[in-house]
Amino acid sequence: MKCRSFEGAIIVNGHQSMHSLAMRPTRIVKNSANRDLKLLRRLLRAKDHMDAAPHEDWPISRLASVSGASEAYFARSFRDAFGIPPHRYLLTRRVERAAALLRDTDTPIIEIALETGWNSLGTFGRTFRDVTGESPSELRRRMQLVPGDLEEVPHCFVSAAQRPHLKMAVSEKRRRTKEGRHDGRKGDDS
Amino acid sequence: MKNGVQVAGVYVHDQDEALQFYVEKLGFRVHTDARNGDYRWLTVQHPDQPDFQLGLFRPQAPTVDDATAQGLAEAVAKGAMPPLVLVVDDCQAAFEAMRKRGVEFTQEPIDRYGSVDASFRDPSGNGWKLVQAR
Repeated sequence: MKCRSFEGAIIVNGHQSMHSLAMRPTRIVKNSANRDLKLLRRLLRAKDHMDAAPHEDWPISRLASVSGASEAYFARSFRDAFGIPPHRYLLTRRVERAAALLRDTDTPIIEIALETGWNSLGTFGRTFRDVTGESPSELRRRMQLVPGDLEEVPHCFVSAAQRPHLKMAVSEKRRRTKEGRHDGRKGDDS
Repeated sequence: MKNGVQVAGVYVHDQDEALQFYVEKLGFRVHTDARNGDYRWLTVQHPDQPDFQLGLFRPQAPTVDDATAQGLAEAVAKGAMPPLVLVVDDCQAAFEAMRKRGVEFTQEPIDRYGSVDASFRDPSGNGWKLVQAR
């Protein structure tokens, strides 16, 4: 995989509210900051749920209820907090898990597709290639040639390190590849 | 032990809440709880590790400025802090006992690579891996 990034590395983001809050009385600032922290902690719970079962369906309504937030508020807050829309995050987890299964097992690709949350081999193969730049079978061939030296590192950290770094919507990535553009313009939110 | 790591700390959102969690839910005991005005030096210890203290610190002024403290607290709440590993003899048994005490597990025990591991978080958002000793 080309881009390697630990989970923590992409999570630093600015809360612009800090500057305006600084002008208000301390008590209000503290209460509001505290509320933000509680919300972030609850958003993390939604992320943890997707991590634990990325193959399951995670409609916004389900994620929002895990976080105790309204649906409209949830998606925006999640993106603000983690720098990636919830469903794109889910996609990276699915691709990561599929890649691990391709590397570590001999399970047929169709079974891996179904196990990691896709409904068809076609969608899986296309999305996988769009995200990682190679097809499932190409990745399997390449990864199985490299001897494993990560046995001493706890499993989840290895997976996190190999998670695809998806900075734009898959549809956007697809479109750009087609047009042969690499001008670094920001992608949409879908 | 004379040479080695003695204290390593995690940032927590609320020291009372963290103390209760690490002592009552994980079975640690208090090593030092010292206050100086608004500042509180709080460390706990695993009963099997008398040479090591885990600090439960609040990011706060004057150690860091208010905005930085807020940023650190947010990073913790978003689960962005470095990994922590707790080793146990029996992961499944520890998981069941801890869950009964109300620990928030993010992954149930999984058998892999000749060991068993699970994951949980403290109330602030610090993520722990619960790993069975091989």
